[in-house]
Amino acid sequence: MPGQNLRPPTIAVTPQDYQDLTKKLTPKPTIVRNSFWAFMVGGAICALGQVIINLFAAAGLGRQEASTAATASMILLGALLTGIGVYDEIGKYAGAGSIVPVTGFANSIVAPALEFKREGYVLGVGARLFTVAGPVLVFGISTSIVVGMVYYLWH
Amino acid sequence: MNLKHVGNQTVVFANSPVILSSYSVVGPMEAQGPLGKTFDKVWPDNINGEKSWEIAESKLLQEAMQGAIDQAGVPSDQIDFMLAGDLLNQIISSNFAARKLGLPFIGLYGACSTMALGMAVGSMLIDGGFARHVLVGVSSHHDTAERQYRLPTEQGGQRSLSAQWTVTGAGAIVLGPSGAGPRIPAVTLGRVLDYGETDAGNMGAAMAPAIADTILNHLQDLQRQPTDYNLIASGDLGSVGVDLTRQVMQRSGTPLGPEYTDCGLLIYDQKQDVHAGGSGCGCSAVVFAGSIMQRLKAGELKRVLLIGSGALHSPTSSLQGESIPGIGHAVVIEA
Amino acid sequence: MFEMVVSAFLVGGVICVLGQLLMDLTKPSFTPAHVLVTFVTGGAILGALGWYRPLVDIGGAGATIPLSGFGYILAKGAIEGVSQRGFIGAFSGGVEAAAVGIAAAVLFGYLVSVTFNPKG
Repeated sequence: MPGQNLRPPTIAVTPQDYQDLTKKLTPKPTIVRNSFWAFMVGGAICALGQVIINLFAAAGLGRQEASTAATASMILLGALLTGIGVYDEIGKYAGAGSIVPVTGFANSIVAPALEFKREGYVLGVGARLFTVAGPVLVFGISTSIVVGMVYYLWH
Repeated sequence: MNLKHVGNQTVVFANSPVILSSYSVVGPMEAQGPLGKTFDKVWPDNINGEKSWEIAESKLLQEAMQGAIDQAGVPSDQIDFMLAGDLLNQIISSNFAARKLGLPFIGLYGACSTMALGMAVGSMLIDGGFARHVLVGVSSHHDTAERQYRLPTEQGGQRSLSAQWTVTGAGAIVLGPSGAGPRIPAVTLGRVLDYGETDAGNMGAAMAPAIADTILNHLQDLQRQPTDYNLIASGDLGSVGVDLTRQVMQRSGTPLGPEYTDCGLLIYDQKQDVHAGGSGCGCSAVVFAGSIMQRLKAGELKRVLLIGSGALHSPTSSLQGESIPGIGHAVVIEA
Repeated sequence: MFEMVVSAFLVGGVICVLGQLLMDLTKPSFTPAHVLVTFVTGGAILGALGWYRPLVDIGGAGATIPLSGFGYILAKGAIEGVSQRGFIGAFSGGVEAAAVGIAAAVLFGYLVSVTFNPKG
């Protein structure tokens, strides 16, 4: 860590001063603009999901099945857009608008797998599919089990 | 024996080694930047038909080194050492390029400061009488660096405004004891400084204290002023790091004037959406091997101080929350 | 039907803005993976408390397409599993309810990764 060199520092700035200076000179994220695009793109992706639900419902699926089928369709869409190299371009502007929807989940599954293809199908694609999906499943499934147990004890 | 070491950290050569040739190879994005015309060779895309980005990077380095040898016109049996380094784990780009070239090889790692480090070590080898000619080269590649240090390239998300764009490119030079070309009269090797920056998306801030420290020691060791140089160029501090370096130098009583700039700011256009500027071993290497060498040869620049800047962290150390150590190596080049 | 699309847009948009704020107001080491994990866990907890259901009723896809909806389905499934099968249902319910999503992600993810090459 800072300030423990064998030779005294040449620069006349303490680590604390330097960190303050860094905070001042580092540009902040443009929160308003980022939030606007997250809202627009995230909203649009969800609206598209609703259109797909409506289509499945019109085709005779029940409410629950239509919703599940739409989620699977959106995963396919997110995966394909990642495959053709479009999703990261959307992500540059949309930020969380393209990360939070399930299409973003698909993106974070495909992106590492695609890129580590050159390391083989088992330890490359197979293992890397779960770089982000793994933690999501670990925390999601564990939480659901805890929820189920609490519900069991409650009743 | 006369000691060539001067002051705190500087070496002044008895017979300044000569840069006999320089060669740069870049990707398409670098060619579209403001320095596009100064590079020797441009690839049509980042992979150029190779089977992986890593192999492509190694090929970049190999082409740059071969180009420098050809231009120097030195027979390969008179090149006694090849000094090379890059950013990939175990410096594989350099190892694989060395496998192809088959010269006695010294692998170097100074992160993005490796070109300046190689020039310094190479000059010492020559002036020390340990080699007739030394080949120095480094490479970096945007896609190999992204996936090693950050996220997969296809992953959607926003890069922070202080983030930099790794240059796809390789630069190489041939150093010799005599002949025509710019000379290296002195070098100042840096020390590692860490002022507590932990954000790997703000590498300029992590490296700036080390750069300022090296510049100050260099000027003090040689009793010089910043204005003794036509150009003081740091390697890849980017806009945030440059602002911080100026502030730190100002507070330390040696403000830098218009002679100071950064290779990371020169290589791309603001329009290219690279945020704080370029980075990577290749950044200072191709800017030096291209633009700066041409301006030295044209007499436009008389004396240049190139300070390679390196962030000495790894993805593992960043995940573990360690702050990022920085280093700066300075090389004086005179026309 | 059309009103559902509009409310999906609004609800989904607001949830994504929360994600954006989570990223912009925290340290840069808070990556997209952290955002996704936060949302799936948050959705499961809100679902368990019965607070996510109204959002699904109002927003439809606006609440189910964001990853918090995935967490909601996991929690809902676990509770239903316990109601139907007792204790063992806590383990089977969540994954069963989310099975289509998980299977689709694995299969489509694999197929796309094998078919395409990264552009850089």
